[in-house]
Amino acid sequence: MAANFSNPVVRWIDHRLPIFTFLHHEAHEYPTPKNLSYWWNFGSLAGIALVIMIVTGITLAMHYTPHVDYAFSSVERIMRDVNFGWLIRYIHMNGASFFFIVVYIHIFRGLYYGSYKAPREILWMLGVVIMLLMMATAFMGYVLPWGQMSFWGATVITNLFSAIPLIGDPIVTWLWGGFSVDNPTLNRFFSLHFLLPFVIVGVVILHIVALHRFGSNNPLGIDVKGQKDTIPFHPYYTIKDAFGLGVFLIFFAAFVFFAPNYMGHPDNYIPANPLSTPAHIVPEWYFLPFYAILRAIPDKLGGVLFMFGSIAVLFVLPWLDRSPVRSGQFRPIFKIFFWILLVDVVFLTWLGGKPAEGTYVILARFATAYYFIHFLVVLPALSIFETPKPLPKSISEPVLGAGGGFAGATAAPREKV
Amino acid sequence: MAETHEGDSRRDFLIISTTAVGAVGAACVAWPFIDQMNPAADTLALASIEFDVSTVAEGQSVTLTWRGKPVFVRHRTPKEIEEAQEVPLDDLRDPQADSDRVIKPEYLVLVGVCTHLGCVPLGQKVSDPRGDYDGWFCPCHGSHYDSSGRIRRGPAPLNLAVPSYEYISDTVVRIG
Repeated sequence: MAANFSNPVVRWIDHRLPIFTFLHHEAHEYPTPKNLSYWWNFGSLAGIALVIMIVTGITLAMHYTPHVDYAFSSVERIMRDVNFGWLIRYIHMNGASFFFIVVYIHIFRGLYYGSYKAPREILWMLGVVIMLLMMATAFMGYVLPWGQMSFWGATVITNLFSAIPLIGDPIVTWLWGGFSVDNPTLNRFFSLHFLLPFVIVGVVILHIVALHRFGSNNPLGIDVKGQKDTIPFHPYYTIKDAFGLGVFLIFFAAFVFFAPNYMGHPDNYIPANPLSTPAHIVPEWYFLPFYAILRAIPDKLGGVLFMFGSIAVLFVLPWLDRSPVRSGQFRPIFKIFFWILLVDVVFLTWLGGKPAEGTYVILARFATAYYFIHFLVVLPALSIFETPKPLPKSISEPVLGAGGGFAGATAAPREKV
Repeated sequence: MAETHEGDSRRDFLIISTTAVGAVGAACVAWPFIDQMNPAADTLALASIEFDVSTVAEGQSVTLTWRGKPVFVRHRTPKEIEEAQEVPLDDLRDPQADSDRVIKPEYLVLVGVCTHLGCVPLGQKVSDPRGDYDGWFCPCHGSHYDSSGRIRRGPAPLNLAVPSYEYISDTVVRIG
């Protein structure tokens, strides 16, 4: 199993610290299903987005001042005076949005191809944990420039906790470190915004460990039957991921250089004023579906519970969808409902950006109801009533015909040795 | 056999008591790290302000800052006072008589923070919308407050809070 390294220094180190063997095993010869489509690029893209955020974030922290009197001006100084500060900040700002774009695509990929099903439940749940950590990190990062949206976003979101009966208000005071969002709040948010990305790195490592236990799922959703179904990760998927990265960077650079504020709010270029609330408070776009759910419920505590519930339901998804077939390709009815869910979430995103009044509220209620019905009613029901299409015998069979089958091949699922 | 049994329970006792003492110790160490996030002494020290209400003309409103939050002081007109007093308590979501919310009926003192999600309601400036009840209107999610600061319509669950305050002379109030 140990790779044969020609470089004597590498061999000497590897004998004492088998880091090269480990990398060879997990990133080079690592057998990957040979039928992965471009939808499988988004995991590695998410990892790269995380690295981009950490590098630009650490750089920005070298120039940023976490104090209510200086935060806004220090960000403006980064934009105007610090060498390439404008570039680094715009990469960080848009990087957050692109991180969410990539992760949301990654999640919907998993939803369509049943990547959350046995034996990948913990892999999936770790992914949901990463998403929650990303949301907390993004929220606290948005507070740091101390503009109007920063301040009032922080006020509204921390006030969500006041909905908790009895201990709600003490919790909010504790989160603020005062009687309103103020300097102590800004300081702790900066501290945590710096910490959490490294926590994300830790969970990402667990995510990859869980992934490599059984290997990637694939568009057919069937288990790898043997060596004929796999190719080594390097060079086949490293080159495919690199190509995907190039395409991703084209879109990313287009925003950074030509529309850096497209996904932001002009109000955040007004310094925070605790005595005046902007007329229309909206969170960043990636929170809008959850914000729509929050506002759809006419009760304060209820709204908060449904909002968190919309993510909590993902944790138990592997036990709600009991169908033994993973891939949506072989589930004719599931496939339809998948697209309805996607439309529903996009619709919620749109509604979240609209004022909470009149028809928008009614529509948001229907869309919220449908979101929960999909997970709590439709998926369990489909597991019982849907007749899936016949599955191919192996990954190779649909391509190579019957000859691609494995006469006498040991059909044991691949296990890491 | 009996001896082994005795030894087992002695060992169990040691394990349970050691774990319990360890858990209490860990909780004691954790507390300072949790409590450091609560308001610090200097934050608490800034917790009261004084204000001369006679500087507010009839019909005028002023906004003060108290504990980092806006406090509304409105010198109410007789019409506003009458409206506030005449509302039947059954019509209110958070029933409270106007007389329980003021010390002198002319001067209404409120924490200017919407009880929904903490925005600052509009209605302090002459040009602001005052909602449908001659009080305040919160633009964030559309809550209407009346001329006593009570919630009348919209998602907010409670009336605008009345801070604890007292008259330390005929015209000067101390808030907090």
